[in-house]
Amino acid sequence: MSAPYEEATEGTVYTVSGNDWTELIETLSGQQDEKLVINMGPQHPSTHGVLRLILNLDGETVTEARTVIGYLHTGIEKNMEFRTWTQGTTFVTRMDYLAPIFNETAYCMGVEKLLGITDRIPERAQAIRVMMMELTRISSHMVAIGTFGMELGATTPFLFGAREREMVLDVMEYITGLRMNMAYVRPGGVSVDLPAGAVDKVGELLKVMPGRIEDLRKMLDANPVYLARTKDVAYLDLTGCMALGVTGPMLRAAGLPWDLRKSQPYCGYETYEFDVPTEKTGDVYGRYLVRMAEMEESLKIIEQALDRLSGPLKGGRVMVDDKKIGWPAQLALGPDGMGNSPDHIAHIMSGSMEALIHHFKLVTEGFRVPAGQAYASVESPRGELGAHVVSDGGTRPYRVHFRDPSFTNLQSMPATCEGGMVADVISAVASIDPVMGGVDR
Amino acid sequence: MADLPMPTVRPTAGPASPSAPRPMRFILNWGRRYSLWVFNFGLACCAIEFVATSMSRHDFIRFGVVPFADGPRRADLMIVSGTVTDKMAPAVKRLYERMPDPKYVISFGACSNSGGPYWDSYCVTKGVDQIIPVDVYVPGCPPRPEALLHGIMTLQEKIAAQHPEDRRA
Repeated sequence: MSAPYEEATEGTVYTVSGNDWTELIETLSGQQDEKLVINMGPQHPSTHGVLRLILNLDGETVTEARTVIGYLHTGIEKNMEFRTWTQGTTFVTRMDYLAPIFNETAYCMGVEKLLGITDRIPERAQAIRVMMMELTRISSHMVAIGTFGMELGATTPFLFGAREREMVLDVMEYITGLRMNMAYVRPGGVSVDLPAGAVDKVGELLKVMPGRIEDLRKMLDANPVYLARTKDVAYLDLTGCMALGVTGPMLRAAGLPWDLRKSQPYCGYETYEFDVPTEKTGDVYGRYLVRMAEMEESLKIIEQALDRLSGPLKGGRVMVDDKKIGWPAQLALGPDGMGNSPDHIAHIMSGSMEALIHHFKLVTEGFRVPAGQAYASVESPRGELGAHVVSDGGTRPYRVHFRDPSFTNLQSMPATCEGGMVADVISAVASIDPVMGGVDR
Repeated sequence: MADLPMPTVRPTAGPASPSAPRPMRFILNWGRRYSLWVFNFGLACCAIEFVATSMSRHDFIRFGVVPFADGPRRADLMIVSGTVTDKMAPAVKRLYERMPDPKYVISFGACSNSGGPYWDSYCVTKGVDQIIPVDVYVPGCPPRPEALLHGIMTLQEKIAAQHPEDRRA
């Protein structure tokens, strides 16, 4: 097979297939050139999706590492310009597909800022958002730690991670109707209220999950093989993190307790009690420890949110009290499991002509957003996820840009890999936990 | 050096193979349908659901579907799960061509079926069937793991009805 891409290579390219090895070795024996260019990906089981890495090797040492991205560029940002503001949530949820609720929340917070309704979002909706975000954080970290184990050659962590993730997804499905890509958070609130029994389901999860996290810790925390593959590997100190704009567990593993939930609270995070776990090691093991501790903190937040949802915030609205913005139907799960509330259907179909016109306009055309721009950011499992929302006053976004943490964190890959062993590239990339859907969008 | 040419003449079971007896067909197909080594072409969200299907709860290994093929050359089934972009499409085709016959393709998810939510995007291939032939389409965005299990069973039924000479049923 010939090298399909020439731009990646410098110096002499040796192309071999089958029996040519013998010939090539004869020609090369005696030469001192040990350089080797390795193409890893774009489709490779250890690259977290379709990431392509070009590695220059000197023996087993990586001298130069470069990433090639864009294999999953779906044009989400452009497509959104041709959809209404509400339809936008359907797209953003598919960017970072391991943390869909975070994408939706960042986007909706941006739209709400432009609409000037940030203070009018019902508290119940905020509490539901917080609970859903923290649930998502657990499922996302479970996949991160699980795939990390699998990429290092251990299947067991992923079996654990997938099992725990299924638990979270069951709850998600019960609440939103979908396992992934829910489009649950909408500008103005959330699409549906918690169904009956949701509080109990989350309560059950809260009972089981600490033990499961403990199991994972027992397996990995002091596992000598795991330590050998993670300790002092892919070191990136605080200065490096700051220079490269790295956020999230990577930054916190380098010692800086920077967490937007604490430093720029949103959705009422300032009223919840939790800690920001940090490590000082700045290596892969530190990032793992930060992720584990974050899941434990998430459980605390979910518990507090759940207390509020079943206590003081019981029965409140979940969509902003503005008929021009909030979906008129107050989407409620009917007896058929999906759809508008029967009361609303009765109202628009046989009660009020104006209500029907209003419903039709809002559903087909959407609401108008005042011209201007806003930036809203949330702390996603991978770091700062920001949405820059620009409106020209129409019913569709003029431009929406996302600052995705996977994309920004991925540029630390050369800094952490160069000078290390080729096998450590795998753990370095896995510890960044990039999601290519978020990188390429 | 150029690519190795793909063989133009396929090995056959002999000149009389079209009239192969039914028991032989049955045994061949029975072997094929229950040992599908998967080359997982995981591209986007659907790949996560694919992995979820391979894990302990849904566990498609009980259907004889093994997701540990060393590479396309050792695989029988390619599951394209996720958005095929125009940048990725050549790699999909290239790796499909590397697979030995008989080979099967499951298109998993709305994106690889038809482009899905990106049906009007400027950079997404509107369905992987534009570049490679697809046996079974699994709808959903992303489909549930149960949908993939159903897709696999549908493919197995298809293989069972296949003539041994046919490269594709």
